[in-house]
Amino acid sequence: MSRYFKAELAENKKLNNAYNLLTFVPFSKPVEPEPGQFFMLGIEGDHDPLLKRPFSLFRRTPRGFQILYRIRGRGTLLMRNLGRGSVIHVLGPLGNSYPMPPKDRTPLIVAGGIGIASVFSLAERLAASKNKAHIYYGARSKGDLLMLNALKKVAKRLSVTTDDGSCGERGCITDILSVFFSDAVSFDVNTLIYACGPRKMLETVAGIAAGKGIEAYVSMEENMACGIGACLGCVVKTVNGHKRVCKEGPVFNAQEIVW
Amino acid sequence: MNLSVTIGKLKLKNPVMTASGTFGYGEEYSEFIDLNRLGAVVVKGLSLKPKDGNPPPRIIETPGGMLNAIGLQNIGLESFIKDKLPFLRRFHTPVIVNFFGDSIDEYAEAAGRLSSVEGIHGLEMNISCPNKQAGWCIFGTDPKVTSEVVSAVRKSTGLPLIVKLSPNVTDIALMARVAQDAGADAVSLINTITGLAIDIKTRRPKLANITGGLSGPAVKPVAVRMVWEVYRSVKIPVIGMGGIMSSDDAVEFMLAGATAVAVGTANFINPMATIDIIEGVEIYMRDNRVTDVKELTGGMI
Repeated sequence: MSRYFKAELAENKKLNNAYNLLTFVPFSKPVEPEPGQFFMLGIEGDHDPLLKRPFSLFRRTPRGFQILYRIRGRGTLLMRNLGRGSVIHVLGPLGNSYPMPPKDRTPLIVAGGIGIASVFSLAERLAASKNKAHIYYGARSKGDLLMLNALKKVAKRLSVTTDDGSCGERGCITDILSVFFSDAVSFDVNTLIYACGPRKMLETVAGIAAGKGIEAYVSMEENMACGIGACLGCVVKTVNGHKRVCKEGPVFNAQEIVW
Repeated sequence: MNLSVTIGKLKLKNPVMTASGTFGYGEEYSEFIDLNRLGAVVVKGLSLKPKDGNPPPRIIETPGGMLNAIGLQNIGLESFIKDKLPFLRRFHTPVIVNFFGDSIDEYAEAAGRLSSVEGIHGLEMNISCPNKQAGWCIFGTDPKVTSEVVSAVRKSTGLPLIVKLSPNVTDIALMARVAQDAGADAVSLINTITGLAIDIKTRRPKLANITGGLSGPAVKPVAVRMVWEVYRSVKIPVIGMGGIMSSDDAVEFMLAGATAVAVGTANFINPMATIDIIEGVEIYMRDNRVTDVKELTGGMI
């Protein structure tokens, strides 16, 4: 069992022009990942791109792991072109994970854009433990909202927004979240928030949580080189100094981050 | 087949070491490789007091390389001695501690303190970080200051002393001679090359520190050339580094004049890179009927 292994690409499914769902199957017995953890993926070839790229665990499958990714730069463009049977180099699972809520807490998930990739397996885990989360999911446009049917199955309730109003309510996901929290009827002090998405969204979520005295966990993102805590490249500023996203994170208590 | 080399009075079982700043304090990689197989472990640069380093973003990939501006974040040498060194003592691989100061006195004090503890086998003084404040770089770029700081450290340590040189100078061979004359047992080169990357959409630098140090395959030809220049002008051993990704690269550095090599950025891409390189050097030696790895040093024809 090693956290550095080769894997076979079993499927590289196109969801639409901008997103793919990749399934890989390790050649050796892997370490079991927890929701919130990530893998560094490298493709075989020369040294361009040079570094591996971090991707959240989207879902565990019977034989392997799934990564949900957006085609954004050179690395993900090359990844999209990989066919079934290609060999990839994987480091992981890495980092910490979302702390599971005690039974008496009400989980609430906030996802922005591709941040859904990180919280999906958490929603699945919560559903399996019979404590389904209310999921707030916002994206730019309809085509950026992914896996909605699968999400509905694992969510207690799914609230959706898009910036352009092409699906769900028009606006920011944090707008409807603050409305929810300002409503005395719907507000529940036992809520526990989990969030992954753009930094601005996470900051707003942290602010809402702080205002209501609710515990919130956020999954942070930074440029990363080694993934195992050695290079100190991926730090975020916290109230206790710089902390590594790959080691002390990616999941942090929202109040620990210096926004 | 003999793979051992000597750096001053330090004997290494093979010429492959880790490059400071890319291997943490050793622990991080012990899950992936047997540290006992390495020629030496060179740990992340330490200072007398802990440092929090530069704000993020600290790294950005560039074609065939990466820019970093970590800013020498470290836990401080007392925490290293207390919390990290005991783990490294369990291995029979020499531990080389990279260190730096913000003044000549700090350099000397740090070297003295590190020389007083069990389990440290050599020191590498960093006078060449490209991400420190302006003014700091004179330790590695002004021959007079280099001479003073190396002399001061030499007086405060009996350990094998390696001076890590900056490529951001006009004449690196001159800097190597200065280090040698001031008492260095070896020189290591190159540290990263100062670089800059700009986001053309936002017109902002891609690193919070604006500039950073370039490493990876992109710098290798520059590093090999500098090793060759230094090798020809000093008597002390040269430790070569800069973009070593494979055993072929390691052999190339040795042919240019390196006695030993250090693997840096490659660790990030493949945590087993050092072991692959050691094994590859052995295969090269067997295939080319080289019985002693020392024959490779300066072997360019």
